[in-house]
Amino acid sequence: MSENTAAFQTRRTFAQKITALFAAHAVPIIFIVISALAIPISGFSATYLIQELLIRIGRNSFLILSLLIPIMAGMGLNFGMVLGAMAGQIGLIFVCDWAIVGVPGIVLAMIIGTPIAVVLGLLCGAVLNRAKGQEMVTGYILGFFINGLYQLVVLYFMGWFIPIADTSLVLSRGYGIRNAISLMGIRTVLDRLLPLRLGPFDIGTFHLGYIDVPVATYLVIAAFCFFVIWFRKTKLGQDMRAIGQDRAVSDSAGIPVDKTRIIAIVISTVLACYGQIIYLQNMGTLNTYNSHDQAGMFSIAALLIGGASVTRASIGNVFLGVILFHLMFIVAPMAGKNLMGQAQIGEFFRVFVSYGIIAVALVLHAWKRHNAIMNARRSLRGAPGKKEAA
Amino acid sequence: MLKKFINAAGWPRIIIGLFLLALFATAPFVGVLVSTSLSDTLVRFGMNGVLVLAMVPMVQTGCGLNFGLPLGIISGLLGATLSIELNFRGMSGFAAAILFAVPIAVVLGYFYGQLLNRVKGGEMMIATYVGFSSVAFMCIAWLLLPYKSPTMIWGYGGSGLRTTISVDGYWHNILSDFLSLEFGHLNIPTGMFIFLGVLCLLIWLFMKTKTGTAMTAVGSNPVFAAASGVNVDRMRIVSVVLSTALGAIGILVYEQSFGFIQLYMGPFYMALPAVASILLGGASVNKASIWNVLVGTFLFQGILTMTPSVINNILQTDMSEVIRIIVSNGMILYALTRKAQVKR
Repeated sequence: MSENTAAFQTRRTFAQKITALFAAHAVPIIFIVISALAIPISGFSATYLIQELLIRIGRNSFLILSLLIPIMAGMGLNFGMVLGAMAGQIGLIFVCDWAIVGVPGIVLAMIIGTPIAVVLGLLCGAVLNRAKGQEMVTGYILGFFINGLYQLVVLYFMGWFIPIADTSLVLSRGYGIRNAISLMGIRTVLDRLLPLRLGPFDIGTFHLGYIDVPVATYLVIAAFCFFVIWFRKTKLGQDMRAIGQDRAVSDSAGIPVDKTRIIAIVISTVLACYGQIIYLQNMGTLNTYNSHDQAGMFSIAALLIGGASVTRASIGNVFLGVILFHLMFIVAPMAGKNLMGQAQIGEFFRVFVSYGIIAVALVLHAWKRHNAIMNARRSLRGAPGKKEAA
Repeated sequence: MLKKFINAAGWPRIIIGLFLLALFATAPFVGVLVSTSLSDTLVRFGMNGVLVLAMVPMVQTGCGLNFGLPLGIISGLLGATLSIELNFRGMSGFAAAILFAVPIAVVLGYFYGQLLNRVKGGEMMIATYVGFSSVAFMCIAWLLLPYKSPTMIWGYGGSGLRTTISVDGYWHNILSDFLSLEFGHLNIPTGMFIFLGVLCLLIWLFMKTKTGTAMTAVGSNPVFAAASGVNVDRMRIVSVVLSTALGAIGILVYEQSFGFIQLYMGPFYMALPAVASILLGGASVNKASIWNVLVGTFLFQGILTMTPSVINNILQTDMSEVIRIIVSNGMILYALTRKAQVKR
């Protein structure tokens, strides 16, 4: 929706500007403050935190980046990205079954996942086109719906009429995939493809131990960032931005709105599929029935914490978000334990914050949109007494 | 005649209804007792009815499907735990739980309504996450609140509430057993039905009052309602408060029959079945009636009860969970996409 409120707010006081600035960046600011308070309480060493963060940036960034393109097309946060994650998981299950290890295994998983993700993306795009203005809640429910189908396939069809040779993957009853699959064959292969070890550093009294950097994963992520930057400049990217600005105007300008929106979702779904594969190769275990659920929730929360909104998200938001979100992820349970004596409280706090932040971001967005509509209506009515002067 | 019926009932209900009928018809052949299944369905219908009824006021004022139901459920849980903490038993215990829960629900609902008034158009997504975050927040609260009753707190730590608390000895089946009838295996929880019926009647009557009519007007066309002098925001808040309070009462009815209070992540996904039920009953995103509640709850709970027993006996596997996920979310998807079509 249009957020060009600036036109109606040309004359603002200084105080209003400060509030606006804070409101625009409220979420990252709050998180920086929380992290700044929680890090000393948790008592983790800097080496540990930096190492953990580097791993988690490599693990999660790709998934979060896959959210950018639908936002550009004005479709909001793509809650349907779990569809892509499921496609990736199906690819991984087959690769595990065929015992293909190393980087070829990852590539093959992507190759298997791609057509599934494309089909699911087409479906998701078609459904979202029927629910314009309600994309997010529809995508969210669609995620649940497809999750049902995914369970039907993985829990009942696999090992029944979809052949699974490796019996260690199959439940003892003879069909259906086990709850957790070990991905030993492809575990961290991408991360360790180009090993780089830094350190130890001594900066004054500040001591840092060895830090491993997963270079290859970072290169893949960097390639993706360049892809996004390049994509924005293409004809298709420009069309999407136009649609994101105003659907009706784009339609009358001859942009095929529905088709472009479907393409945006397909790209996002396929990328989410790759993202999930990268994520799981780092984790090393596939939780067959809940890995994908968490992927959607955490990615969206991280992006929003990075300061993105429902209509605007940049690559910078992705990385700031992944750092802040995972910093809290690491320190919250420990800080909770040291502060309250129960790690569980910190864990619940983290869950509360991840959901709360999505709620706050959605509220802020809807509030802005509501105000913009109100302002637009007021400006149409015109200020009393002004007409005579003109 | 047939066409008229199909139009009135709508295809989804006919398909699901026939499916349910088929399940009941095949039940005797696969060794499932129809009377037991029917009484299970009736019990579940009574348990969930009020939770589904909690959808009606918000849908009627155009606030969308109440995915924020967990907020009402939390109020109910607070009422239930307070009532046990103060050692109220029997009917007075259940009444006390309602008396404690409703004011909390009214306060929470008021603020929730204020919030929803500021985010018109995006209610459903925000409601979902308000529900989720309030559940997560209460997880912390359940650990920290100073409850003392030994039936509720963890045995070893001496603090923090248990994840499930039995209401046995307090008000287990207090409504269900009231005037309950038994015909062999068929057990009818009359008291629960009376309670649900009274609440439905009250809501139906309320919708006929001046306020209720104004609320429906707000849901049908907010601009027109405002032009005819209805305070749109106030009506929406009334509906949200009503929905939240009904959610609180709903979970209490559910618990007295279920026998347990489920805390922590228990209320997390409770909104989805309720939403699916009312949609299955023929409600749309901005129109719902008491009939939708009753029909939808019966069909939905019927399928939930019958699929595990019948399908499992046919296929020798437990597919009920997957079928539940597909049916309930498919129903919500159908409603969401249908609304957009009409709008265009």
